[in-house]
Amino acid sequence: MKKQKQKMSIAQKKEAIWSYFFVAPTIIGLVVLNIYPIFNTIYQSFFKTGDFGRGNIFIGIDNYTKLLGNAEIWQAFWNTIKYAIIEVPFGIAIALVLAVFLNKKLAGTSVFRTIFFLPMVCAPAAVAMVWKWLYNTQFGLLNNIFGTKIEWISNPKITWISIGIIGVWSIIGYNMVLFISGLQEIPGDYYEAARIDGASEIRQFFDITIPLLSPTTFFIVQTRIIGALTVFDLMFMVMDKTNAALGKVQSVVYLFYQYSFTNGDKGTGAALVVILLVFIMVITVILQTAEKKLVYHN
Amino acid sequence: MDSYTTKKRINKLIIYIILIIVAFIMIVPFAWMILTALKTNQEAISVNPFYIFPAHGWHWENFATVWKSYNFLILYKNTLLMIFLRVVCACLTATMAGYAFGRLKFPGKNALFSLVLIQMMVPGQIFIIPQYLMISKLGMMNTQFALVFPGLVTAFGTYLLKTGYEGLPKDLEEAAGLDGCNVGQKFLLIMMPLTRSSMVSLGIFTAVFAFKDLMWPMIVCTEAKTTTLSAALAKMQGQYNNDYPAMMAAATLAVVPMLVIYVIFQKQFVEGIATSGGKL
Repeated sequence: MKKQKQKMSIAQKKEAIWSYFFVAPTIIGLVVLNIYPIFNTIYQSFFKTGDFGRGNIFIGIDNYTKLLGNAEIWQAFWNTIKYAIIEVPFGIAIALVLAVFLNKKLAGTSVFRTIFFLPMVCAPAAVAMVWKWLYNTQFGLLNNIFGTKIEWISNPKITWISIGIIGVWSIIGYNMVLFISGLQEIPGDYYEAARIDGASEIRQFFDITIPLLSPTTFFIVQTRIIGALTVFDLMFMVMDKTNAALGKVQSVVYLFYQYSFTNGDKGTGAALVVILLVFIMVITVILQTAEKKLVYHN
Repeated sequence: MDSYTTKKRINKLIIYIILIIVAFIMIVPFAWMILTALKTNQEAISVNPFYIFPAHGWHWENFATVWKSYNFLILYKNTLLMIFLRVVCACLTATMAGYAFGRLKFPGKNALFSLVLIQMMVPGQIFIIPQYLMISKLGMMNTQFALVFPGLVTAFGTYLLKTGYEGLPKDLEEAAGLDGCNVGQKFLLIMMPLTRSSMVSLGIFTAVFAFKDLMWPMIVCTEAKTTTLSAALAKMQGQYNNDYPAMMAAATLAVVPMLVIYVIFQKQFVEGIATSGGKL
């Protein structure tokens, strides 16, 4: 370090001083708001949260063993994965088809784009309230239109699908916009050449669009998997606490909120979020390995 | 040739039909929200005959009821102020840090930038308990500061602006250096104005996600007069359990301001989210 300093010219020193001045607010903020909290959360996960003025008690890995022995937690992980299984593939497939259509420069595409993107600028709390009303068994629009008596959000067998549908509805506009900007980076000559060779549009889609779009697709898959695994708002707003189906749809982050803030048991909440962190890290590593095999690089 | 054009026309028709069906599915929940908000509860729950439109006049009083009982004026103020402050903080800190990380050389640069990457890699929920305890220890519960707190700096914005600065041509800066500008002047007068589009993207991105956030305001602003629209909706749902028009009126009031801004600036919104979201 010292050696490096001696080598620095006055101009370099000045540049370094300016640099530290520029990054200082961000770095201090990140350390206080994010880096310290990561370690603090891990630290707290080894403590039993004391009540009313009594300090926290060190209990080692008890919070973890308690959580891992709790069927509710396993169920919550399974619920979250089931939500992701609906939201990620359907949200992405529908968005991709819409993006390809809107990229054709037909008349009125900007109107459609505006409409599809609408849920993105709405508070999920409001969106969930509206869907809850649409799903109402007795008075809801859906059952009235189709003349059914489906218990959309109280039958434990189908509620996870109903919640997944809200998730898909909310996210397709966002995924679509990312796909459109990915599509616009594909050079037009590829399609030109394919057309001269007589390849059909569907053929072009699978032979040109899919491989050349794969970096965008992979990016969306990765962000959406992580987004879906941390879902909270939909479950929280749609499911009443007395709803019998709650146990079959509550997500990991929903339980984290319940433990940490409704029950005030921060130690258990911290342990749960650390488990979630490890889970997401494992998935990220798997995805990064998969990327090298699946994504088309020029 | 003729069959080729008919085939093309049919293709186009099918595309339009699909687009219209999806557009319909996207709009129906919003339409039903507004239509329900204008009905009496009696009408809202009448299944037979099934009312699509309010039959006995439009009941704007549902809006008045929820407006008064929840003081939406304060909710709007809290939400807009939170969004404004978060956008200002994010743009200000990110453009400074982004410039240093993107264009300047200094010892420890990679180590410091790794802090930015770490923040972006871990799920945000891991920060919440300690952030809550800090706010609580500072005695700042139920304040505007508490709402802005997690958004004082932005790792994602720093990353976005760094990429923005890296994309700028090198000679501009060199020319300014020859003219005797110091680093601060180069940044303020030459480089920062050129990253305006990245800043707009970051601003929109920050605003949208601040607006959508539910858990944080629920935790730190539990009182109705200090909280945001999202968190207030969660409370109302408990209160107006079976008064569907009132709930839909509240939901409408909560989404309309952002929708109006979106419809006016839709191009900037979509592009802002696309460029920044694509780099997340």
